Amino acid sequence: MSNFSVGFRTKEDIRILDLNGELDAHTAAELEAAIQKCQTDNCHRILINGSNLTYISSAGLGVFMAYIEDVRDNGGDIKIAALQPKVYNVFDLLGFPMLFDIVDTEEQAVSKFQAPVEKQ
Amino acid sequence: MALTEHTLTIPSSTRYLEEVRQFVSKHAAAANFSASVVEHMKIAVDEACTNVIEHAYAGEGKHAVDIAIIISKDKLTVRIRDHGRAFDEKDFSELNLIEYARSRRAGGLGVHIMRRLMDRVEFRTRGDVNECCLVKYRD
Repeated sequence: MSNFSVGFRTKEDIRILDLNGELDAHTAAELEAAIQKCQTDNCHRILINGSNLTYISSAGLGVFMAYIEDVRDNGGDIKIAALQPKVYNVFDLLGFPMLFDIVDTEEQAVSKFQAPVEKQ
Repeated sequence: MALTEHTLTIPSSTRYLEEVRQFVSKHAAAANFSASVVEHMKIAVDEACTNVIEHAYAGEGKHAVDIAIIISKDKLTVRIRDHGRAFDEKDFSELNLIEYARSRRAGGLGVHIMRRLMDRVEFRTRGDVNECCLVKYRD
């Protein structure tokens, strides 16, 4: 039995994925399916709520990496919120905060989606 | 302190990774490593076993992965053995995350995590046995 699940919520045009449990090479396919569903639904603003994510290995990190460029090419983003400290540490190990918006709360992530995009 | 050794053999399927993590947690905590170091060992061993299952055995679930935790006075060593395709460490140069994202790949990050979390990571092949040793020294 899988010890990982993904819950879906929607807030305006943002799809919120609530991750629960342990994300490893066995369960990463469920996260991948969830992100693919967002793409199929033409929803490219994806907010990951990690408050109930208790473990992540590189297989989970790899899913975010595999989709971030496509999501951004479609004008969206994957923002990550409310990670437990031990899970944040794994993201931080490989420098993920450089590439992803990782914030403390879901509200902060929503605000970042709603903020005007800076022109380069 | 004499060497203490604990062993676990799992089938080569990712469904057993949770069992591996529990095995590592139990014995590393009992050997008085801190909670954060135990967490690091758990992730590193998960990554090593995932590599064996997905790369050495190419996802075939019919093989065995042998894991041994060896505890001594100054360190904890986790030895993972398989009989699959040998791992070539030369394929893993320093990680460039931006290039990696552009490649839209999902795999290959595990070795980088292992190297960052453990004090020593060694791969060797003797005959038809591949061995990965992960070492953490006591502070």
